[in-house]
Amino acid sequence: MTEVTLSNVVKRYGKQQAVHGIDLDIQDGEFLVLVGPSGCGKSTTLRMIAGLEDISDGEISIGNRVVNDLPPRERNISMVFQNYALYPHMTVRENLGFTLQIAKQPEAQITRAVNEAAGILGLDELMDRKPAELSGGQRQRVAMGRAIVRQPDVFLFDEPLSNLDAKLRTQMRVEIKKLHQRVGNTIIYVTHDQVEAMTLADRIVLMRDGHIVQVGTPLELFNTPVNTFAATFIGSPPMNLADGVVSDAGTIVLRDSLTIPVPKSARAHVKPGQKVQLGFRADNLMPVGHAVEEKGELVDLELTVALTEPLGTETLLFADLAGLEVQAKMLNPRPVQPGEKLAFHLMLDKTHVFDAASGVALRG
Amino acid sequence: MRRRIPEWFVLLLPAFIVIAAVVLIPLIFSLYSSFTPYKLTRPSTLWRWIGTANYEKILTDVKFWSAFGRTILFLTIALNVELLLGLLIALMVNKVTWGQRTLRTILMFPMMFSPILVGFQFKFIFNDNIGLVNNALQSLGVSNAALPWLVDGNLAMFSIIFAEVWMSTSVFAILILAGLFAIPQDPLEAAKVDGCTPWQTFRHITLPFLMPFIFIAMTIRSLDVARAYDIVQIMTGGGPAGRTELLWTLMSRTGYVDARMGLANAMGYVSILLSIAFTVYFFKKLSAARAELGMGG
Ligand SMILES: Nc1ncnc2c1ncn2[C@@H]1O[C@H](COP(=O)(O)OP(=O)(O)OP(=O)(O)O)[C@@H](O)[C@H]1O
Ligand SMILES: [Mg+2]
Repeated sequence: MTEVTLSNVVKRYGKQQAVHGIDLDIQDGEFLVLVGPSGCGKSTTLRMIAGLEDISDGEISIGNRVVNDLPPRERNISMVFQNYALYPHMTVRENLGFTLQIAKQPEAQITRAVNEAAGILGLDELMDRKPAELSGGQRQRVAMGRAIVRQPDVFLFDEPLSNLDAKLRTQMRVEIKKLHQRVGNTIIYVTHDQVEAMTLADRIVLMRDGHIVQVGTPLELFNTPVNTFAATFIGSPPMNLADGVVSDAGTIVLRDSLTIPVPKSARAHVKPGQKVQLGFRADNLMPVGHAVEEKGELVDLELTVALTEPLGTETLLFADLAGLEVQAKMLNPRPVQPGEKLAFHLMLDKTHVFDAASGVALRG
Repeated sequence: MRRRIPEWFVLLLPAFIVIAAVVLIPLIFSLYSSFTPYKLTRPSTLWRWIGTANYEKILTDVKFWSAFGRTILFLTIALNVELLLGLLIALMVNKVTWGQRTLRTILMFPMMFSPILVGFQFKFIFNDNIGLVNNALQSLGVSNAALPWLVDGNLAMFSIIFAEVWMSTSVFAILILAGLFAIPQDPLEAAKVDGCTPWQTFRHITLPFLMPFIFIAMTIRSLDVARAYDIVQIMTGGGPAGRTELLWTLMSRTGYVDARMGLANAMGYVSILLSIAFTVYFFKKLSAARAELGMGG
């Protein structure tokens, strides 16, 4: 079967190192998403797997076969590029069938495979058009169709949706997920959009500056970020972070002497005097009476609301916490005036503590 | 109130005058003179109208038509060889990562020489007594006799084509290299992933992208080669016994040596048809290649 394994994979461009020794085990049939900010080495990693980029150091194997020295055509992969990379001088039909044509498949089989892919992606009407006569979304679909026709062991996607408008992106996201459920192949998918990562992935690999920061399921990354970078990158709105110092009494003193007890999970890992950052999501800071069912330890806070963003079923509140602007969420919203003072509950069990110097999460 | 000449006309007037002086008047004059028995040595002949007599003469002139055919042959061989060599050179230069700039500059050197000098150079190189080629062949023991490079008809044609190719292959190389630089990387990478060998990638992706550039080069060069004169004149003067006579050497001989300008001008107008035919043909191909790539028109 088709596991993909990266061990200590390094990419150097001249003296500059873009990827610093990555280890990854990708299961057969897994949907793995590489996510991270621009320039973190996602594309480079993917292109090394595809064989479009030399591997400076380390080893990549696909289906138990080391592929370091194999050209792309011998790796049995297909790739969907950010800019579609369609062949402009071929019709949609020719674009789809090209890979089989090259493989010298019988004509009947090519026709069947092309028609099947066209059916899956709804391209039937467009088969005789050239790429220049298609819209962005249609081109994207052709690019995906081309990948499907090849029946590869592994699909590689490099930000396939980033050139589409928001609505189309949501729609195509669903189609990609359906495609995975239908074909069940291993998929490695690169994006810088954490929403895409959360919604598509079986497992997310969060990268920064050529290093892996955290690997885990979307919920693992959301609920237990390993550091402040993961905490702020995954989830929308990003996690609130408040600077504070651990006191002798087992509390965290924020600015303006506001004190908050150290959450249970972190108690064994902090020492008095340590500079920390308190992290909590908007979903865990809610006005009293407008929250989900409240469990566990709660901290009462009275905060002034500076700004509201009504979203329909909920309203985002920008409130002032000891001089820091934090975001809170109000369910079953009622109109709130700027400057209004509201009573909030902070759910302490869902609150994280990070070391201020290293950013590492303190929990057990 | 006095009617004023429109401003745009005043502004364009210098351009009109220049174009009339350097293009229009010579054109009309030469066209007119092709209907006269105009001889440079007897200016009064310019005023005798003889209708299409010159053209009728050309139609049955064996010398003219063999020069015409030889020019087409010369054009076909030179263009194809230059295209193939230029393509090869461009592909290789494109692969070079170190010192490519220098290489590109060196590539242009042959274009910097005056064709007359190139002619002299090759006249020396192919000289049967003291030329480099025969010298080399004899020292290497390939041949004992001195090969008559510029004296034998076929060898002379070969030598001229060789000089022409040496001088102008770089035009193709440069234009095709520009085409290679303009190719988007994405489809090439997609082709690699789709299973193409380097040859298949070239055949199915690179070449279609290069076709417009190739046809532009072809158009420019066909016009250029069709009026080949300097190299031929210097190397063989159209000889031996007219075996390397091309249209333009024939025309200049008729016009300036035999002083029959009227007839030479008529030849000029007939041979322009050749250039027009090639230009139209290559432009059609160019449009087709561009449309193929979805670039429109
Ligand atoms: N050909 C190259 N030569 C030199 N450096 C490169 C080259 N390609 C990429 N890099 C560097 O490698 C690093 C990683 O680039 P990469 O393209 O993998 O980023 P990315 O995570 O895909 O970003 P994005 O989200 O913007 O696509 C960057 O710092 C980039 O500058
Ligand atoms: Mg990228």
